[in-house]
Amino acid sequence: MSTQHSRAAARIMISPAVGLLLIWMVVPLALTLYFSFLRYNLLNPAVGGWAGWDNYYYFMTNPAFWTALYNTIALVVGVLIITVGGGILLAILLDQPMWGQGIVRILVIAPFFVMPTVTALVWKNMFMNPVNGLFAYLFKAVGLQPYEFLQSAPLLSIIGIVSWQWLPFATLILLTAIQSLSSEQMEAAEMDGASAMSRFWHMVLPHLSRAITVVILIQTIFLLSVFAEILVTTNGGPGYASTNLTYLVYVQSLLNFDVGGGSAGGVVAIILANIVAIFLMRMIGKNLDA
Amino acid sequence: MARAVTNQRKTFNTALAWGIGLLIFFPILWTFLTSFKTEATAIASPPQFLFFNWTTENYGVVMRRSNYFLHFSNSVIISVGSTVIGLLIAVPAAWSMAFVPGKRTKDVLMWMLSTKMLPPVGVLIPIYLIFKAVGLLDSRIGLVIVLTLINLPIIVWMLYTYFKEIPVDILEAARMDGASLRNEIIYVLTPMALPGIASTMLLNIILAWNEAFWTITLTTVNAAPLTTFIASYSSPEGLFYAKLSAASTMAIAPILVMGWFSQKQLVRGLTFGAVK
Repeated sequence: MSTQHSRAAARIMISPAVGLLLIWMVVPLALTLYFSFLRYNLLNPAVGGWAGWDNYYYFMTNPAFWTALYNTIALVVGVLIITVGGGILLAILLDQPMWGQGIVRILVIAPFFVMPTVTALVWKNMFMNPVNGLFAYLFKAVGLQPYEFLQSAPLLSIIGIVSWQWLPFATLILLTAIQSLSSEQMEAAEMDGASAMSRFWHMVLPHLSRAITVVILIQTIFLLSVFAEILVTTNGGPGYASTNLTYLVYVQSLLNFDVGGGSAGGVVAIILANIVAIFLMRMIGKNLDA
Repeated sequence: MARAVTNQRKTFNTALAWGIGLLIFFPILWTFLTSFKTEATAIASPPQFLFFNWTTENYGVVMRRSNYFLHFSNSVIISVGSTVIGLLIAVPAAWSMAFVPGKRTKDVLMWMLSTKMLPPVGVLIPIYLIFKAVGLLDSRIGLVIVLTLINLPIIVWMLYTYFKEIPVDILEAARMDGASLRNEIIYVLTPMALPGIASTMLLNIILAWNEAFWTITLTTVNAAPLTTFIASYSSPEGLFYAKLSAASTMAIAPILVMGWFSQKQLVRGLTFGAVK
């Protein structure tokens, strides 16, 4: 039973967190929206005034935008397929009886804790470098020409690197979910003659569906904002071949100093992220009642 | 009753899992090994695995040449600072939501979460311009502020899920025994809340340590943490593999160890309690 008194205290205790987040959310958002309708370039202070929808028009008719939008979606979808698919298989494997399970788990989780810039540099130089990289050595060892990963297939290479970072996350969450599957039920199904395949389709996968959805939604939020990996490996190139929306806005605003155009791009990125966020919030909100 | 598993199958599982585990871990292992090679051995063909002349000279070079200590301490100050301030703000909030839930508690929690969904690039320009105007660019204080705010929703959520699990009955029992509110908090609640606070702290330090959008866009030299510093290795120093590896190993080792300790909390913290 909470009294009038404790309610007032609760309100006081909660207000710093709410107030700060409110400021953090409202002020920059309002400014981004405002800037997106201005002619505002830091390099050219003489140009100013109201731009109407021009910034949006220029941003979205720029061919780079469509390339970046495609790359953003390809990056998210590509990484999701690899990490969720691989994560399910790995989680099932790690759930089997074996020796040294704890150590294998530690090995598999490790990439998640490596900072993005280190990940990107290590892959770029020590593995994908066409002269001294380990892959180049392996290619030569089997009689092939070394492949210029980041030049010839920049987006695929980045998808590979980012997948390495996120596979541990998917595996860990799916493993946690799989461990709550009742082993008695599985045994009963096995005794009734259900094959491994049908046990997977009819018992494991439905049991995991919720965790899979959570993994997909949370990863999407983070994958839409992949930045450091692109900055370090390819700088978005060659051309715009590996530029995603986040990187395009970064270039437009902090390298080209086009505040108006960059802000319009920022608003587009926010709308895109919100489409995903609505679904994620609904899932988490449902769980809160239970 | 556990299922009888043949030793043969268990051996197969073990071999497969260890093989895949080592493959996934290999880039980290390789970086670690390379950090003890000379530059010539590092790019030797065929690659040298274990049987080379181990040297620790790269670590010395990295520390002397590039002001490594400054960047390392920036990382420590920024990640620990933002975590501690975040906890100071979040503990009372999560506490009151868990123990004195109101009609709108759920809405507040969901709203806090929604701020985390905002893509950083959407608010990059205003933050950058504000920071420039008030002189917070390339300052540790500026980064602490930003990282505190972006991780605050996660801290509140994690603490909330932990506090929720503290049985309320125990408070009533303490009250019946005549404990004052102060004693109640000191002797009953705090010991039960501490493990949750500790794991929240651990996970948040990891997240702040590895944050690589705001750290790179808002710092250049003085306040640059390891993320920014390592990014500056991308060329041409990056071609010195052994030194790059030494710098990388030092940047990831402490957090890797912390990460292994916080595996379980990771699931709870990053799924906002949706998977337990």
